[in-house]
Amino acid sequence: MDSLTSYLVIAAILFSMGIYGVITRKNAVAILMGIELILNSANINFIAFNRFGGLNKLDGHVFAIFVIVLAAAEAAVALAIVINLFKNIGSVDVSDADILKG
Amino acid sequence: MSENLFLMVAALVIASAFWVVFSPNLIHSAVALLFTLFGTSGLYIFLYADFIAATQIVIYVGGILVLIIFGVMLTNRIDSPSIAASSANQFIGGLGAFAIFVMQVAVIFNTTWMSGKPNTQQSSTEAIGKLLLNEYLLPFEIVSILLLAALMGAALLSRKS
Repeated sequence: MDSLTSYLVIAAILFSMGIYGVITRKNAVAILMGIELILNSANINFIAFNRFGGLNKLDGHVFAIFVIVLAAAEAAVALAIVINLFKNIGSVDVSDADILKG
Repeated sequence: MSENLFLMVAALVIASAFWVVFSPNLIHSAVALLFTLFGTSGLYIFLYADFIAATQIVIYVGGILVLIIFGVMLTNRIDSPSIAASSANQFIGGLGAFAIFVMQVAVIFNTTWMSGKPNTQQSSTEAIGKLLLNEYLLPFEIVSILLLAALMGAALLSRKS
């Protein structure tokens, strides 16, 4: 069980779930949760390849740290945008955010 | 023993990820995301990545998830009985996600992955610190400036004008 492919399959399931959430959800915060799932699946892949890839270094861990930092930055900016959206149009439904349309 | 534990953690991750995506209530989604993040941290422990597991709990659960729950609370009427999260395009989304999943699984099982002796370092913290301050110093500095800029931008965007 504790092999590379099992981790890769778990990450693939998480990734597909995240894609599904991003496509189907209408609430902007729920879309953000889908993006977090996708980033987590990428992180699992980095760490799994680092362990089973045969290299005796920890470069994958460093990349995972970078991904976590980028996720934090992305969450902060995205929530600021979502709160502004709520202030301006009174809802966080992304299909209501069409005021740029002429 | 370890096998069963691994299967349980994997099942926890997958089931709670399903609940994040399919739950009709946004607060339930956020709580399910908590379990997904904890389960992912457990997977990191199985992969001998102790530092990443701790970072995952501290930053994702302690930081990003709290931000997300703040976002849910600030953008909904709390007095309404359920904070609904409606969905759309289920068919296209399900089809697309399933197609991507099938493609990934096909690639995973049809590739001969480069493999060697599994990396079983005792403690990864010291090695990660050395890597960050030697080989990856420039990316480290760039990412810290990016984080600073993003946080300043977030503060600027969300202030009262």
